[in-house]
Amino acid sequence: MDNPSRRPISQGMADCDAIIVGGGLNGSALALALAQGGLKVVLVDALSRAALADEAFDGRGYALALASQRLLAAIGVWPQVAPNAQPILEIKVTDGRAGEGNLSPFVLEFDHAEIDEGPMGYMVEDRFLRRAFLDAIDGQERIEALHGVRVTGHAPGPADVRVTLDDGRELTGSVLLAADGQHSPSAARAGIRRMSWSYGQTALVCAIAHERPHHGVAHQFFMPPGPLAILPLPGNVSSIVWTESDAEAARIAALDDEAYLEELRPRFGGFLGEIALAGARFSYPVPFSVAHAFVGERLALVGDAAHRLHPIAGQGLNAGLKDVAALAEVLVEARRRGEDIGRADVLERYQRWRRFDTATLALATDGFNRLFSNDNPLLRLGRDLGMGIVGALPGLRRALIREAAGLTGDLPRLMRGRPV
Amino acid sequence: MQASQTSIDPAEIAKFEAMAAEWWDPHGKFKPLHMLNPCRLDYITRQIEAEFERDLREEAPFKGLRLLDIGCGGGLLSEPMARLGAEVVGADAAEGNIHVARIHAEQSGLAIDYRHTTAEALAEAGERFDVVLNMEVVEHVADPRAFLATCRELLKPGGLMICSTINRTARSFALAIVGAEWVMRWLPRGTHDWRRFITPDELRAMSKAAGLEPLDAKGFVFNPLTWSWSISERDLSVNYVTAARRP
Repeated sequence: MDNPSRRPISQGMADCDAIIVGGGLNGSALALALAQGGLKVVLVDALSRAALADEAFDGRGYALALASQRLLAAIGVWPQVAPNAQPILEIKVTDGRAGEGNLSPFVLEFDHAEIDEGPMGYMVEDRFLRRAFLDAIDGQERIEALHGVRVTGHAPGPADVRVTLDDGRELTGSVLLAADGQHSPSAARAGIRRMSWSYGQTALVCAIAHERPHHGVAHQFFMPPGPLAILPLPGNVSSIVWTESDAEAARIAALDDEAYLEELRPRFGGFLGEIALAGARFSYPVPFSVAHAFVGERLALVGDAAHRLHPIAGQGLNAGLKDVAALAEVLVEARRRGEDIGRADVLERYQRWRRFDTATLALATDGFNRLFSNDNPLLRLGRDLGMGIVGALPGLRRALIREAAGLTGDLPRLMRGRPV
Repeated sequence: MQASQTSIDPAEIAKFEAMAAEWWDPHGKFKPLHMLNPCRLDYITRQIEAEFERDLREEAPFKGLRLLDIGCGGGLLSEPMARLGAEVVGADAAEGNIHVARIHAEQSGLAIDYRHTTAEALAEAGERFDVVLNMEVVEHVADPRAFLATCRELLKPGGLMICSTINRTARSFALAIVGAEWVMRWLPRGTHDWRRFITPDELRAMSKAAGLEPLDAKGFVFNPLTWSWSISERDLSVNYVTAARRP
């Protein structure tokens, strides 16, 4: 740790261009994208470096859409991640009724061979992503990373924002970028309110080792309590995201490993053979929340700080990385014009770009979940027909595949594989 | 920087501070200028980058360049140029603007030499620049030919002038006068006199006559669907911008 008595002399020029609070995946990606665009960045994270660098497999993984993978490539992180990434070659969506395994008259299949861009995405374990980000940040001289430090306050002024840390230090930058999670203290301090509601659902997450190979196929089963996703990791291992009602999830989470597997087996079906737990078990409540504003005075929110989505389609991290790419593009362009990058009109460009997109995605995932988490026979018939129709129309199928790969909408440059 | 050295009384300073806040409010009185500004800056920075072989990705890319912003107003162009490393002189014939610009530059921590003066007086005093910004000025001067000759005089040999103005077309009457002044009230009525607008051909001929070598011309186009401006290669029918070099 640096000497806490070191206080920068901050008259006139700021210490850096951007102060990022939150060193998770979104905050780290943002730091790298901005530094690559020539900005000086201070990255503040409450976790110690040792905690971030922990290499033990804990069972958490992410489905990175193709657009997100391109962003990681553009900021130089992908080469280190690639050897441990599992390409998603096919996505199968099944409308299964709980207790009946994966049998349903209608199955939707999305095969990457139907689009030109390659695999629809990649499954990557959290530990490999964290490690690759840490190494990339260490190698970037324009980023100063402060680990094990908390932000205790921030005060915007006419030329910069002053940020106070819990070790007594003070930093100034042109703008504060908050990647500090769904309960973002930065947003709260700026008086930005959130709209949120609960689905009464909890996501159970774990990794499963299985007997037979998954062939790079991701499965999404829609069941009345909530969706179950089986996402392929390297080897004969898959990441499971299993959504149940809060009460049911609490009961299952309290079970021992063997009883837990007994609960999972009938839902999972037998197509991957025998299954066993690999890594720890996690459970996350599934709230849905969106910040009323994505920007404030010399402040911009990214990732969960701006919006927390249902994990139904693995869109949380992908939406966060889209924020990162859009914000980096807006700020780097503004800086090259000589604009004050913390000014309201600059930050509003980011908000305009991302808010509409986020609202659309939020409504779509919410509607999708409500439609499928239901045992009403009429709705079942409707969605079975819907799935049959989608399956029969190649144009619509391609559109959905491109959506899953994150290739739709007004894509930031970084997500088209180009530098900022 | 120099605001504290001026001999104006505190009540006046308070007035200018309020005016500075107004000038720089993106949703305030000067909203149309703020909306156009990113486009103007894109054009200016790229022309300077190409002409002086700079790289905008580097830190302080305009270091070592002396730049004059004629009709600087509250400093909407001067401040970005200073932030990019240029040594900036901002000139405005309206004294109030100079106080406003000084106060804001001081708040922004930028060193800019703002002067209550005219292009003619600067030329007479022998001031010379690498870049002269002549943005939305030429349509307001009494004698554009003489004004362009003054701009040439203010440039060092090899220096660059960026000049933006409004074309004299039926569309510019409809958009800049009827639309911007009468309907949207973006600008006070009477801000512009359509008869004094200059076509790109006329500007080109006048620049040549003044001893400047025309390099480039582009349009600034407002898109009402996205409610924003963009640079156009072809559409110079309303707002347009040109670059010229003193040989």
